[in-house]
Amino acid sequence: MIGTDLTLYEEDARRLAAVLQRLCEDSKSRAVFLIAKAGQLIASAGETASIDTTSLASLTAGNIAATGGLAQLLGEKEFSVLFHEGEKDHLHISVVGQRGILVVLFDRRSSLGLVRLRVKRAAEDIGQVFTEMAERTQREASQGRAAFQAQFAQITDDDIDNLFKG
Amino acid sequence: MSFINYAAREINCKLVYYGPGLCGKTTNLQYIYTKVEPGTKGKLISLATETERTLFFDFLPLDLGSIRGFKTRFHLYTVPGQVFYDASRKLILRGTDGVIFVADSQIERLESNIESLENLDANLAEQNLKLETLPFILQYNKRDLPNVVPIEELQAALNPRNLPWFEACAPKGIGVFETLKGAARLVLNELKKKT
Repeated sequence: MIGTDLTLYEEDARRLAAVLQRLCEDSKSRAVFLIAKAGQLIASAGETASIDTTSLASLTAGNIAATGGLAQLLGEKEFSVLFHEGEKDHLHISVVGQRGILVVLFDRRSSLGLVRLRVKRAAEDIGQVFTEMAERTQREASQGRAAFQAQFAQITDDDIDNLFKG
Repeated sequence: MSFINYAAREINCKLVYYGPGLCGKTTNLQYIYTKVEPGTKGKLISLATETERTLFFDFLPLDLGSIRGFKTRFHLYTVPGQVFYDASRKLILRGTDGVIFVADSQIERLESNIESLENLDANLAEQNLKLETLPFILQYNKRDLPNVVPIEELQAALNPRNLPWFEACAPKGIGVFETLKGAARLVLNELKKKT
């Protein structure tokens, strides 16, 4: 077992997308992203088409990791909120549900106060989804019938070789 | 920490290139970046100093294609190899699914390789991980240089368990994809075993 894996089913994705969509609207933000602490994008909402979301996810995770390292150095558990202020756009970054990072991109149409307020509620909702996902993973592991097992138990060397062809 | 997304039908895995300073970790990523099709890779991000030494990490997202109907995405990271960046190395190792150790084959770097490997072991232990249980392979880089340690000696010093290893000359691409493929194979096999 390598760490604790994250498995996202369609129902989880729908619920998380709905939370992000509401956050994006309520906070009058440009875009909202939910990222795993290891740097993978889980879900997003808003004006995301022009943004390199993969790079954003990786850099944000690095940022949170570095800030977490600083916190520990100073005897803090973590610095759970980061705020980056730009000329036009700003980023509000917060740790949610222990394993996620919520990124809100906003401009002059919103304000830091409004974003903070709305993030608080969204964080609770996301935390709830994460908890249920973790409980399900644990349940499935103990029952030894994870859907993934059936689908991937048959991965062969040929399958992997095929990935590198071309 | 692999991330399996059933909604997007994606498997995401994280691979870390580890090794002493100037062993060629970044060069591996740069070569991969230049050789893969534009549609299958993201941006290569290098957080480096003005003298192009890795300061925090390099990052390259790579789509390897589909396996059993799932898009297989690997996120490749390098750590900063210089001794004093240990705090950063610990952060980058978090949540990794596998490690590629890039060793510098030159005689004068043997000690640095050993130190770096011990450092990797210690940093993994802090996260309750062990090299013995993590997908792990070695790359003996810079094999084209004249003053290299014979493979048998490198094996004895760095790879007593005889795990998969590859010879490489990263700037020319020799062994680069073989190493990546070897690591991807181990990670995917581990994923398969886990559930």
